[in-house]
Amino acid sequence: MTGPFAPTAVVIGASAGGLKALSEILPHLPADYPLPIMVVVHIPPDKPSLIASLFDDKCAMVVSEAEDKEMIEGGHIYFAAPDYHLLVEKEGCLSLSADEEVLYSRPSIDLLFESAADAYEAGLIGIILSGANEDGAAGLRRIVFEGGRALVQTPETAMAQAMPEAALKACPSALSLSPSELLAELKEAGDSCLNA
Amino acid sequence: MPQLLPPVTLPNLTQNQKPPQIEDIELRLFLEAVFLKYHYDFRGYALASIKRRLLQACQKYECATFSDLQGLILRDPALMAELLAYLTVQVSELFRDPSYFRAIREKVVPHLKTYPSLKVWVAGCSTGEELYSMAILFREEGLEERTMFYATDINPEALKQAQAGVYSIDRIQTFTENHRQSGGKSSLSDYYTAAYGWATFDKSLRARTVFSDHSLATDAVFAETQFVSCRNVLIYFNRPLQTRAIGLFHESLSRNGFLGLGSRETLRFTSYADEFTEFSYGDRLYQKRGEG
Repeated sequence: MTGPFAPTAVVIGASAGGLKALSEILPHLPADYPLPIMVVVHIPPDKPSLIASLFDDKCAMVVSEAEDKEMIEGGHIYFAAPDYHLLVEKEGCLSLSADEEVLYSRPSIDLLFESAADAYEAGLIGIILSGANEDGAAGLRRIVFEGGRALVQTPETAMAQAMPEAALKACPSALSLSPSELLAELKEAGDSCLNA
Repeated sequence: MPQLLPPVTLPNLTQNQKPPQIEDIELRLFLEAVFLKYHYDFRGYALASIKRRLLQACQKYECATFSDLQGLILRDPALMAELLAYLTVQVSELFRDPSYFRAIREKVVPHLKTYPSLKVWVAGCSTGEELYSMAILFREEGLEERTMFYATDINPEALKQAQAGVYSIDRIQTFTENHRQSGGKSSLSDYYTAAYGWATFDKSLRARTVFSDHSLATDAVFAETQFVSCRNVLIYFNRPLQTRAIGLFHESLSRNGFLGLGSRETLRFTSYADEFTEFSYGDRLYQKRGEG
């Protein structure tokens, strides 16, 4: 059964250099953007993260650091908290976990992507941005496997290329796009969701 | 004329109410089987995380499906003991999140000092890091002699390790730094002896501790307490089980007793939100409301 792509959620993974790409995307989405966006940024575990409040100031969408068992809502951007994995539960809420690091990372992009792929299946859009490790490649492959869409920041536009390159290698069908093209894709996905 | 039955209306399946996949059916059956056979109740756990852990277990035991694993587990109690390690999390540090312990020192201890005797419950103590942190803090603050500690967990192997109080020496640097940042009034090295790559914590620290097998999912309250610390345990539960656990803490705590949660855990999504005040919200310290 293949119908038109009907997006229901977006997950984004970013590491070194990813904040720059994120700030070229998230602040340009409208307040009534219909999809929820879950974001993992690799950050040091030992200090409170300012990322959520930083983007809250810049974004029209609601931005917050994810709380355990919070219901996922459209128009909302959830950033993973430092030192916790962020997972999506099938009943539509977020779960945190203090499980061991995955690929030296907690939060792990792979864990968010894999759990979101399991919950949203073909409705999920996964985006890998700039970064210097290979986190996210396995998760993005899982999204493709479930029928979702895989988007990767073009390595040439990324400050650190290892993460987008690993993601493209793992998912040859993924689209490689610049931040402005990624933004256009997300806007289009939002429109198709509103018109559905 | 026979009355026509009303047309069957199929439920409107939205994204989150799709019919469950076979794998998820098998997962639920597996958890049910574990409960029926061994009385470990993981049925109220948040599934995303436990599913991942069980997939790892499937790989380790070379099972293609949760149903295969279920067959093995039902017939092999030793395997169940091993599996508990996959299902219960054992990642902690002494004085993890130093600001939490600093807040206990600065804000909770002055209240606790007004009690002639104290009972403290470390729920989900795992391998004991939280218990030793609390015992050291209470000794430093002069509360130890009036305090009884309960350290509970569902995993007997973890409880054994907690009782032993032996940790790899390469973790001591982090423990020491955490302790210092928590406002530690002594040197952490006063509390352990190091030998052969292991740090053994002084057994006097657990002289006033009862270690016990206790499940927040199936057991009842066992004592009245003045302080419950349960951090990074509730995140593994779904909302109804979180509510059950908080209900136990609420029942156990005396009036104005304190509850400490993990740094990203909240009472907001449980039905007990109004039964506690946010005593020091940034530190996730709550106080049970007095009646009336």
